[in-house]
Amino acid sequence: MLNRLERQRDYYAGALMAIIGVLAGYVATTYDIGSLRAMGPGFFPLVLSVLITCLGIAIAATGGRSARARAYGAAAHGHRVGVDLRGWTAIFGAVLAFIAAGYFAGMAPATFACVFIAALGDRQNTWKSAGLLALGLTAFAVVVLAWGLQVQMPILKGL
Amino acid sequence: MVWTSLVDLTHGFEVALQPHNLLFCFVGVLVGNLVGVLPGMGVLSAVSILLPLTFGMAPVPAILMIAGIFYGAQYGGAICSILLNLPSHPPHAVTCLDGYPLTQQGKGGVALGITMMGAVFGAAFGILQMMFLAPYIAKVAFSFHASEICSLMLLGLLAGSTLAKGSPLKGVAMTAFGMLLGLVGTDTATGIERYTFGNYGLADGIELVALALGIFGIAEFLRSVNNVAPINTTYTKLKFRDMRPSKAEAKEAALPILRGTIVGSLCSLIPGTGPVIASFIAYATEKKVSKNPEKFGHGAIAGVAAPEASTHSSIQGDFIPTMSLGIPGDAAMALLLGALIIHNVTPGPRLIVEHPDVFWGLIASFWIGNLILVFLNLPMIGVWVRLLTVPYRYLYPSALFFICIGVFATRNSLFDVAITLAIGMLGYLLLLLRFEPAPMLLGFVLGPRFEDNFRRALDIAHGNLAIFVERPISASFLALCAILIGLQVIARLRKAKPPIELASTAFE
Repeated sequence: MLNRLERQRDYYAGALMAIIGVLAGYVATTYDIGSLRAMGPGFFPLVLSVLITCLGIAIAATGGRSARARAYGAAAHGHRVGVDLRGWTAIFGAVLAFIAAGYFAGMAPATFACVFIAALGDRQNTWKSAGLLALGLTAFAVVVLAWGLQVQMPILKGL
Repeated sequence: MVWTSLVDLTHGFEVALQPHNLLFCFVGVLVGNLVGVLPGMGVLSAVSILLPLTFGMAPVPAILMIAGIFYGAQYGGAICSILLNLPSHPPHAVTCLDGYPLTQQGKGGVALGITMMGAVFGAAFGILQMMFLAPYIAKVAFSFHASEICSLMLLGLLAGSTLAKGSPLKGVAMTAFGMLLGLVGTDTATGIERYTFGNYGLADGIELVALALGIFGIAEFLRSVNNVAPINTTYTKLKFRDMRPSKAEAKEAALPILRGTIVGSLCSLIPGTGPVIASFIAYATEKKVSKNPEKFGHGAIAGVAAPEASTHSSIQGDFIPTMSLGIPGDAAMALLLGALIIHNVTPGPRLIVEHPDVFWGLIASFWIGNLILVFLNLPMIGVWVRLLTVPYRYLYPSALFFICIGVFATRNSLFDVAITLAIGMLGYLLLLLRFEPAPMLLGFVLGPRFEDNFRRALDIAHGNLAIFVERPISASFLALCAILIGLQVIARLRKAKPPIELASTAFE
């Protein structure tokens, strides 16, 4: 059972690499390839793309067969596979909020939004604990990062 | 040779003892120790977060600080493994096996004391090795041409991707993919933008910090959020005086420490085998030579002493190829290499001659830093132990914020923050498919340098590939590459266990 899962995983892994290789190779051919004597910008990317494609095929072909892969799979067994919706939403939300607030409003709101949203992603945090953590880090960001280390983002835009 | 090294070292101490440099060395090891103690924080992310903050600094204090994080974290990581049974820092995963049983028997303090003995001895040996070996290696490498550098890089990349944990095929694929990512941006030789898809924000390439924090920071959080075991705090009451081992225990640890140190220093000389592999091999060796191997896994002192000593000697020795050849052995050293480049210190054989302040100052700071770490960890062990209990729910939002601001500060670009998120997503997918992300960073850092040297070598040879086998040194590196691949193939065909797996069977 574990072995089958392992082999399936290697099929996908190999396929992913092969796709990346083919796409990157296609893009590489749009640059000047040149020759060994005078290499163009496309030469090295093309070599790498072919290599990645071949490795992808090899990974899929030898999938899950090596003893090492099995041992490794067994060691990693027990890790949850799948997506924690709340956590993922929070991580994506926090980073995107940082970007948006950083662009429109400045460092203090960006810090607060990022930490607050991220904290809410952990099921053990409450509104209150998340808010307090966010406030604490915002203070830290203003004092240490903005004033102390002069990170180039205004604390509050439009002020 | 020995004498000049010692003379140069005194100069190094002059540099490292300047109050400014001393301060940053202290900050580095302190942060390293802190990161090591906190379960769920990675050394690579910590370095990447702090890297942008060093941009305004002079190169010497910046490098001393960043190096301090690496070896400082090794001290903290052991605490986490021994007292909590959490293998969250890979080089210390093996230490859990015997460290935690010792803790359960009420001897956690002793285990930490033994660890400290091993750490000091291992580190001292590793630093001595670097002091005397690195200048010598650099001297040999001085005569290397582009073709030799190219073959050597190939060897380093191949070793880094096949000897590390996980499938060797996947490792090589990750390295190649990392190299490809390293090519994104404007081609230095022709000025043509590659893989930017007309995107202005990518014209200068993907930022090293963005890649590192994406794959080691965000990808890790995507996997671990709401998926961490609660921390068992039963054994986290510990005082300084609990740490002193009895005479018998110290005697029991002495030989394993010596053997572990030697294993570690040998591993550091082979590119690609860093502290993680060193600690595994040291544990396996110890189990093999022990008179009562059945004690291992139930609190054998040798099972703590040997891997810890090997970790420390190999992490110090790991600096040798990075500093003297410009070829990092693992992801951590790749990051250090990136830091050197950012600070306009070109890594390679010329580094020791051109930047003696950086090289000898760094070695002197190793001595000082390790001394500071002993003082930080012995009398103040209670503080660190209390830090172990900082819950993940506070740690992860803070770390996520530091990732965002760290990437932003690298070149004041919010676009890079978005790139980091995308890389994190990709990194999660790769983790899910059991790709090891570390070789990717290695490929990313070395990729552009490899292309550059490859081009130059063939330029000189008028496009004749034979140059790589005609020059004897280059040919011997390529021969080593062939042997490396051959061994992997044989191991696979015979279904024999490669050495790494032998070591990991120690777990069963």
